[in-house]
Amino acid sequence: MAQIFHHSANTFSRITIYGAVFAIAFLTWCFATLDRSGYETRQGEVREQPIPFSHVHHVADDGIDCRYCHTTVETSNTANIPPTKTCMNCHSEIWSTAPMLEPVRESFRSGTSISWTRVHDLPDYVYFNHSIHVNKGVGCETCHGRVDKMPLMYQQNSLQMQWCLDCHRNPERNVRPRSEVFTMGYQPPEDQEAMGRRLIAEYKIQDARTLTSCNTCHR
Amino acid sequence: MSEAHNPLNRETGQHHDRHQDEAAPQAPRKLDLPGVRALLEKSHGREYWRSLEDLAQTDAFQDLMHREFPRYASEWEDGDSRRNFIKLMGASLALAGLTACTRQPTELINPYVRQPEELVPGRPMFFATAMPLGAGSTGLLVESHEGRPTKVEGNPDHPATLGACDVYAQASVLGLYDPDRSQALSLEGEIRSWGAFLGAVQQAMTQQKAKRGAGLRILTETVTSPTLANQLKEMLAAFPSAKWHQWEPAGAHSSGAGARLAFGQPVNTIYDLRGADVIVSLDADFLSSGPGSLQYARQFSARRRVRGEQTGMNRLYMVEPMPTPTGTKADHRLPLRAGDVEQFAWSLAAALGADTGGRKGASTAADKWIAPVARDLQQHKGASLVIAGEQQSPAVHALAHSMNAALGNAGKTVLYTDPVEADPVDQVASLYDLVKDLDAGTVDLLLILGGNPAYNAPVELGFRDRLKKAALRVHLSLDEDETSELCHWHLPMSHYLETWSDCRAHDGVTTIMQPLIAPLYAGKSAHEVLTMLTGQLERTSYQIVKDYWATQHTGADFEAWWRKAVHDGVVPDTALRARSATPRTGWAASLTQSLTQSAPQSSHAQGLEVVFRPDPAVYDGRFTNNGWLQEWPRPITQLTWDNAAIFSPKTAQEKGVVTTDLVEIAYRGYKMRAPVFIQPGHADGSVTVHLGYGRTRAGHVGTRIGFNAYGMRTSTALWQDYGLDVRKAGSDYLLVSIQDYHALDTGRHTIEKADIAEYRKNPNVIHEDFESPPPGLTLYPGFKYDNYAWGMAIDLTACTGCGACVVACQAENNIAVVGKEEVHHGRHMHWLRVDSYYHGDIADPKIYNQPVPCMQCENAPCELVCPVQATSHSSEGLNDMVYNRCVGTRYCSNNCPYKVRRFNFFLYSDWNTPQLKLQRNPDVSVRSRGVMEKCTYCVQRINKAKIDAEREDRKVRDGEILTACQATCPTEAIIFGNINDPNSRVAGMKAEKTNYGLLADLNTRPRTTYLAALRNPNPEIEG
Amino acid sequence: MADDRQIEDEELKPAPVIAPGYTFGTVTDQIASVVLTRRTPVFWIACFAGGFALLLLFLWSLVLLLAKGVGIWGIKIPVGWGFAITNFVWWIGIGHAGTLISAILLLLNQSWRNSINRFAEAMTLFAVACAGMFPLLHMGRPWLFYWMFPYPNSMGVQPQFRSPLVWDVFAVSTYATVSLLFWFVGLLPDLATLRDRSENRMARGIYGILAMGWRGSARHWSNHDVASLLLAGLATPLVLSVHTVVSFDFTVAIVPGWHSTFFPPYFVAGAIYSGFAMVLVLAIPLRHVYGLQGLITDKHLENSAKVMLATGLIVGYAYILETFTAWYSGNVYESAALWHRMTGPYAFAYWILITCNIVAPQALWFKRMRSTPALLFVASLVVLVGMWLERFVIIVSSLAQDYLISSWRVFTPTRWDWATYVGTIGLFTFLFFLFIRLLPMISIFEVRTLLPQAKVEEETEG
Repeated sequence: MAQIFHHSANTFSRITIYGAVFAIAFLTWCFATLDRSGYETRQGEVREQPIPFSHVHHVADDGIDCRYCHTTVETSNTANIPPTKTCMNCHSEIWSTAPMLEPVRESFRSGTSISWTRVHDLPDYVYFNHSIHVNKGVGCETCHGRVDKMPLMYQQNSLQMQWCLDCHRNPERNVRPRSEVFTMGYQPPEDQEAMGRRLIAEYKIQDARTLTSCNTCHR
Repeated sequence: MSEAHNPLNRETGQHHDRHQDEAAPQAPRKLDLPGVRALLEKSHGREYWRSLEDLAQTDAFQDLMHREFPRYASEWEDGDSRRNFIKLMGASLALAGLTACTRQPTELINPYVRQPEELVPGRPMFFATAMPLGAGSTGLLVESHEGRPTKVEGNPDHPATLGACDVYAQASVLGLYDPDRSQALSLEGEIRSWGAFLGAVQQAMTQQKAKRGAGLRILTETVTSPTLANQLKEMLAAFPSAKWHQWEPAGAHSSGAGARLAFGQPVNTIYDLRGADVIVSLDADFLSSGPGSLQYARQFSARRRVRGEQTGMNRLYMVEPMPTPTGTKADHRLPLRAGDVEQFAWSLAAALGADTGGRKGASTAADKWIAPVARDLQQHKGASLVIAGEQQSPAVHALAHSMNAALGNAGKTVLYTDPVEADPVDQVASLYDLVKDLDAGTVDLLLILGGNPAYNAPVELGFRDRLKKAALRVHLSLDEDETSELCHWHLPMSHYLETWSDCRAHDGVTTIMQPLIAPLYAGKSAHEVLTMLTGQLERTSYQIVKDYWATQHTGADFEAWWRKAVHDGVVPDTALRARSATPRTGWAASLTQSLTQSAPQSSHAQGLEVVFRPDPAVYDGRFTNNGWLQEWPRPITQLTWDNAAIFSPKTAQEKGVVTTDLVEIAYRGYKMRAPVFIQPGHADGSVTVHLGYGRTRAGHVGTRIGFNAYGMRTSTALWQDYGLDVRKAGSDYLLVSIQDYHALDTGRHTIEKADIAEYRKNPNVIHEDFESPPPGLTLYPGFKYDNYAWGMAIDLTACTGCGACVVACQAENNIAVVGKEEVHHGRHMHWLRVDSYYHGDIADPKIYNQPVPCMQCENAPCELVCPVQATSHSSEGLNDMVYNRCVGTRYCSNNCPYKVRRFNFFLYSDWNTPQLKLQRNPDVSVRSRGVMEKCTYCVQRINKAKIDAEREDRKVRDGEILTACQATCPTEAIIFGNINDPNSRVAGMKAEKTNYGLLADLNTRPRTTYLAALRNPNPEIEG
Repeated sequence: MADDRQIEDEELKPAPVIAPGYTFGTVTDQIASVVLTRRTPVFWIACFAGGFALLLLFLWSLVLLLAKGVGIWGIKIPVGWGFAITNFVWWIGIGHAGTLISAILLLLNQSWRNSINRFAEAMTLFAVACAGMFPLLHMGRPWLFYWMFPYPNSMGVQPQFRSPLVWDVFAVSTYATVSLLFWFVGLLPDLATLRDRSENRMARGIYGILAMGWRGSARHWSNHDVASLLLAGLATPLVLSVHTVVSFDFTVAIVPGWHSTFFPPYFVAGAIYSGFAMVLVLAIPLRHVYGLQGLITDKHLENSAKVMLATGLIVGYAYILETFTAWYSGNVYESAALWHRMTGPYAFAYWILITCNIVAPQALWFKRMRSTPALLFVASLVVLVGMWLERFVIIVSSLAQDYLISSWRVFTPTRWDWATYVGTIGLFTFLFFLFIRLLPMISIFEVRTLLPQAKVEEETEG
């Protein structure tokens, strides 16, 4: 009786069978990559802001200290986005007529906040505290990157749990002297690990087991 | 600690509307309440109307209305309606999305424009204020996050509060944000502006001016606020023939009358239990209800701390109809009908040789007590105390006075002062007076400042109808209730957390109340409304209160004094001086029948006794719309969402009824249907009904639940009377008690107990029948704790089971309200519960209370069965629960021998209602559907303290961390701390011989342990 | 090989595993015709329709479940597991018979298995499919099921390998995979047969693809035998391991009534017990409707009945042991738990299950009972009910009343509990009847080996 299939069907079937294995592997890989991609994490994505505020200008050029605006970074869980008043301290004097800054003046007149777009946005079930990191020698730069090189703000790191844990599991790789916390472009010494261990002892930084206990970040 | 008072405080409140740390992205056309308010504030009168109508057209407004007035705002609701179904569908899909591969939604940051000084975003501030209730007040510290009050704690500097707090204050935060609160003025149900009201009322006032106020009547609840009192007095001065009436349904009617009876003048009675070795309570629940109970509980338990060698204990005798928390603490408790309590009082007084006019009480079940109790009292002259229950008859109060006098306790354990109330009138008479005028038709303008008389006035007055006889009726209240319905004008009142005012505690200590937030709705305080009437130019409560105190302050530098007073939450030396008061000789002889409740001889012929009591949860009905209080299991009965006719087992048997039956109770021709609840330890022949239910206009939560006991409460028998008739009228009423009555099974190591005598003989007595397995007995390696090891100890001797901890926990941890149906299904969400166990004869059992939070086991059964490590052991010994990791297999709960885990079977937390979002504690995740949750020793507080300590390179100090339950506990029964530190209080307690672990024989090695319940019975009395 | 086959035949004289008079052709005709030529009997349409209706009910309850949450069931604190896990254990158990027949009996060279293994395996697959859904559905957030698998994730967190639920994940998924492979490999020659016999082009195409180019060459056959033996070898331990692991869900927990060491053997026996009951429930009507008495002979029914009797006795022994240990341990919680089982709110369930699982099956001692299909059918249904109740009692009554009296609460199923349960029965029926309509429900080539002719060949070859 007549053949149903051309004998090339054998080849096809083989290909599909073996191919399936690779296809599955490939799909998994796709998901894994997407999950870590910039699209997912918004890493490196420059966000639209009501005012094109430039950290390059304020930090690098004018050399304003982080804490001048982010006042509560050493005392509170949030670093505090400065109130309009802070902007006006200077901008009532300089650039006081710049059209670019109209929204600031408008806000100051009307008393309605400037609505900034949140750039570093952790999920609401993560309780991050700036003050403890800053006080234990974690530099702004370590998480936020070279802000002084960012004309418009973007998120340097993935901010995924894995990334947090990398540091919480072995802080010695990242801690720096308290004096250097707010410096941009800090060069870690050759013996970072050794110094790290020294600083951990000196700053009484908790052991990895405590730092990786769930309640350290989740409540 | 309380931050210094911030003059920008009101500002802070307003700021908060703008300041949303993580506001969701909003469409430009979207409106929000402040927006609407701003829009309407600008316009008045007809123009106001138009703008409102225009507004009403817009979709944004409609949408707002939907968001603002959702059905069952604070209660989870399961409708099978299609809309609801679709909504849920969407919700769950969205949930699915969020947790799978999706990016964070864009969020906005709206910083302050001018940041208030002292405010550090992310760090709460604490402000001192007080919550007035009846003739007392609770001094509070209120936690405020960026201008949102989220949680109240007791004010440690307030002598009447001492840092503790009761359920009403704890739940008041929810009351503030209650979406059902009235949101606008209304004239016969139509929205008006304050301007319009001003116009209308001033016209009426000018007429009154002419007739010297002859047609003006003001009806308030009990007033302790000096400022308000002063305003009223000024008012009465300006309108000489106007009248001020008072009605507080659960007020101090009997004690007032009792004082007048004994001393011939109003006298305020306060107790000092520090020196009391022997206490006799005549139906007085002084440990958990009534003004001063927080202070009394603290003093009482301080005399019962058995620690090592310190084995001294006071002794409490209690006679009462319905078991109360105080009753559970009594060393000897006897169930007596409320009427028989008076008979017992007469007999005891006679036995003590007090002045009874030669009268002796009829014999009661308590006769066997009289001799030994009298002996015990006499052996402790000057160190004993007889307390009369507020709800007992005036005669009992008078008897208590003369007994204390005879025992020489006056000035030692019992102190007399001038009354706390601004005007201590006989409120029943006062109300009758008003009714007389109403009938005479002489009332042109009736101004009701707070209160809900149409609902809770004595039934025989028919106040609902009589009220209508007043020509113009104005009602100021938090929500549009039964009274507002009958009044022309309804004025929204500002919540006590929204306004400046002042109030006094049971001992006269005065607090200047400061607002934590600007009024959410267009509310005004009684102060402001009164000034409006007097036609003075409009003044804010702030000015009114401050001006008053300026006149009171004598010394120099008022400003500094004022700031300190406000900051401390206590006005210096306002505590009332103790004064001498001796009962008039022969008062008893002059006693008229009307002042004693019961006619002893014939009493039994007259059927059952009915006992009216304020509800433990909703009080006189003012908290009926509060979801937290409704769902809060009442002490002892463990009832939720209902009131009931409470029977003793024997009486129920005689009447052939069982729990969840419906009965028709009839009394003096008044009839109503009530569900039956059988309470072991209740007095036979007596039925307790709680007031405050059956409201017809309470809000989405509280309307039409339970039955209205005011419907048979007459002014001649405010608290109890004979002549109740009971008839079975149905069955299978859904009456939800979260725990059935269960006898203490001594085979299971739940409650360990002993008499103090046994303990003195053998401190190890509670461990005799008990072997806990050796620590090493586990397959898995143990944990090491080199830094902190958190632990808790709960003193069952101190715990009264008042349940304040339960509500405190709910407020602190964003715990959802699930509603009656779900509670019935065993799905209530309380992380902390108070179990009650009964021991001995069912007619008169000993009742033990046991607060059960998570035990934070060392060998935690929950941890190793969770497939995803959502619950795991922290480096400090907590069983962490990570909500966002939980997939909801419920295996942990199955394997938890203490059943302290709670599961979100549905989406219980309200994710929509904006007001309720404002209440949430920002340091605790709001749980979503399908997630397990449980107590974690308030880990958010632990972490806050740890971080603060670490910033200062020091260790956390003992007592620096107070868990929510611990902070609020009136008796300091709950102690939390670091058990690695041998000097910590908790370590000390765990070292006690009476310390034991719940179900320790399972080798779970709980971190929460208990100190055994000790009693100090009188050897002369059996049982 | 040949000799003992003959000896076997001697023994089998009274009731042969295949009726006399069959030839290779007739066997093939009869089995293939069910799929290819014969008109679909009303019986099939009725059952299929019924199953489909229930399936729709199942889907509806699923939608509701996903939309609202597990709260639509009667579960509560303390009874966190209700019908869902009961059904899971029940279905998994039923699956076991299939694997036992196809794998163990193959290794034991029990030729009578040849005519029932095919649909028994199908039963296994569908039962496992039903079972597999419940662990997912009972989760509060089922869409996160993949967190149970260890995979490199951006959270840097792994599952808790101490948790029996994670063991379950592996046990059940392995079981499902192996069963599927085994079944499919077994199907290959018959798929080829269907391909060659079907008239319809499309059918030929589909069967052709599925047959994967089977030409029945000697090489194919030898590979096939090796493959079947290997898979049988893999499947055999699974019969024991899967339900052992399932029983760990309970034994590892400290709940009184769960926490005991004899659960594994007890569960496995119970599984096979209920499994064979299901085999009979399916076989008896089928052979009647399709006139397959010649292929599925009374001998088969009787053997299955004997297995049921044996496993039933083991289960009975377990109940006695349970009672004994509860009493002998002197442990207040254990004895209380048992007492509640016998007298508490679920006493009715307990006593019914005792009747169904211990008392009723004793009838199987009698040959007359074993050889009367109708009675066997009833007995099997009884056993299935009993075994479901057994799981229900173990899970629910133990949870309802455990350690703290204050937390005791009774579980009552809602209509959605029933809907999900009955729904899976619908799914099972639906799949199973789809199977017998589209695939040969009896293994053609294996049955052929039972024919006398087959031996003759072998002898000449050998």
